[in-house]
Amino acid sequence: MTLPIDELGQAILAALPEDVISVHLDAGELVVLARMPAVVDVLTFLRDDSNCMFKQLMDICGVDFPDREHRFELVYNLLSMKHNQRVRVKLAVDEGDAAPTATGVFSTAGWFEREVFDMYGIPFDGHPDLRRILTDYNFEGHPLRKDFPLTGHYEVRYDDQTKRIVYEPVKLVQEFRNFDAVSPWEGMVQSPAKGPEAKG
Amino acid sequence: MSAAEDQTYFVNFGPQHPAAHGVLRLVLGMTGEVVERADPHIGLLHRGTEKLIEHKTYLQATPYFDRLDYVGTMNQEHAFVLAVEKLMGIEVPARGKMIRTLYCEIGRILNHILNITAYVMDVGGMTPVLWGFEEREKLMEFYERACGARLHANYFRPGGVAFDTPQALLDDIAAWTETFPKILDDIETLVTENRIFKQRTVDIGVVSQEQALDWGFTGPNLRACGIPWDLRRAQPYDSYAEIDFDIPIGKHGDCYDRYLVRMVEMRESVKIMKQCLKKMPGGPCKVDDRKVSPPPRAEMKRSMEALIHHFKLFTEGLRVPAGETYTAVEAPKGEFAVYLVSDGSNRPYRCKIRAPGYAHLQALEMMGKGHMLADIVAIIGSIDIVFGEIDR
Repeated sequence: MTLPIDELGQAILAALPEDVISVHLDAGELVVLARMPAVVDVLTFLRDDSNCMFKQLMDICGVDFPDREHRFELVYNLLSMKHNQRVRVKLAVDEGDAAPTATGVFSTAGWFEREVFDMYGIPFDGHPDLRRILTDYNFEGHPLRKDFPLTGHYEVRYDDQTKRIVYEPVKLVQEFRNFDAVSPWEGMVQSPAKGPEAKG
Repeated sequence: MSAAEDQTYFVNFGPQHPAAHGVLRLVLGMTGEVVERADPHIGLLHRGTEKLIEHKTYLQATPYFDRLDYVGTMNQEHAFVLAVEKLMGIEVPARGKMIRTLYCEIGRILNHILNITAYVMDVGGMTPVLWGFEEREKLMEFYERACGARLHANYFRPGGVAFDTPQALLDDIAAWTETFPKILDDIETLVTENRIFKQRTVDIGVVSQEQALDWGFTGPNLRACGIPWDLRRAQPYDSYAEIDFDIPIGKHGDCYDRYLVRMVEMRESVKIMKQCLKKMPGGPCKVDDRKVSPPPRAEMKRSMEALIHHFKLFTEGLRVPAGETYTAVEAPKGEFAVYLVSDGSNRPYRCKIRAPGYAHLQALEMMGKGHMLADIVAIIGSIDIVFGEIDR
């Protein structure tokens, strides 16, 4: 039998009171805030419990909130084909902290965690093969952090004299211009452009 | 065993190998002809799409989605505009929904033609690619007549589609749906029972149902394993709830079944397109909200307010209320999803793109272990990867 999505949230909270901080619905989508060391237990429970059966890990992604106490947020999106439901597990990770790997629960987590490591610099404890994945060999920095400039630090070109590819610091003919056309006086401003409030 | 036989060889497959389907650099650890390890090095086409989207308004972000999987472009715009519509609470008019459904199916056929014909070419058949690309050309003409571009459409917008489709175009699409199944029949007579094709694909790269779930398979690759899961049916979006179609599944989860599933899916897509054309409602193709969709050109010539709205929409862009959503669509390759975090401003705070090919390519080692080098080519062809979406 399939539980309605709000009852499912309460059932998850009741089953894992130690590991789950809170559960809420966001635009009809179930969000579970998990505690850091226990996220593997939460994912295992969500995969195996008969009410959940979230057999597929669709995505792991990081989000950077530089103003928060714990800078990064890890977001796991799961899908249950049996119950036709989705759940989102969120985890707050501080800069420099390592998150536990989910590769033991879902094999597909391997590359998604490598991508988060590459883009945000969050290491994963116990990951079998934690290398950069999308950026260049010998890349420095973590591009999706909010303090990483859009233009990057290095540019690549083919040097005709030495007949090889050379890396040089980015030289901009003019400063990078951030065109922000937001009108400051309109009545439809909903919230300051600082980042969504932390929930829970 | 002598030392020479014991040695593991490393073969660099790609990034300029024609069967690598783009810029895949695959490092294969081999014992003789047998593949022991397969380590795909991806990212050669990484353009930082997600970072760029964070610096653009919502309207400026849509064209980036065409450049992900550049084969079935509109299906990806679809995920993004659905996510924006969900956060903004926009209800799209019926005609807009139906046009989007129609064009998504065109995108699916575009994608499957390219995949199947290129795949058959990888394993030795030259003719289907010549026949299939003629049809692709006709479909891209339909793209062009709707939005002006053959590939990078930028046709779907939050709130509907950019332009209405003229009746003559719909009539031509209807005429095409009558002739296309004949081409499919022709391709099938060449390929489906072809002895060489079957020798290259049957029982190659077998994936069990458990493995498929564990490795995050979606789309035709999942259905080839025998799991009847399709987001168009399970979590219908736009007009799919009103449309009747079947979900083909395979039995063995091998390369041959993945081919068969895509073949039948194209016929189902034609069925969906016919229904879309038959049911095509009248009325507007985008919402009548000046904060979301631009005013008609004629109105801008007369109305000052319309001019201001137009200017504000294309400079400041949409304001999306703070919130977050994970919105997925059944793209031709599998579940394509956008995890969109909005902070209430006119730019996405975070836009994570979940590309189906990323998960499929990751499973290459699992599928290819113990197979011969030539089978890796068949497996890569059968899982339908395009590097635009994998590298983002």
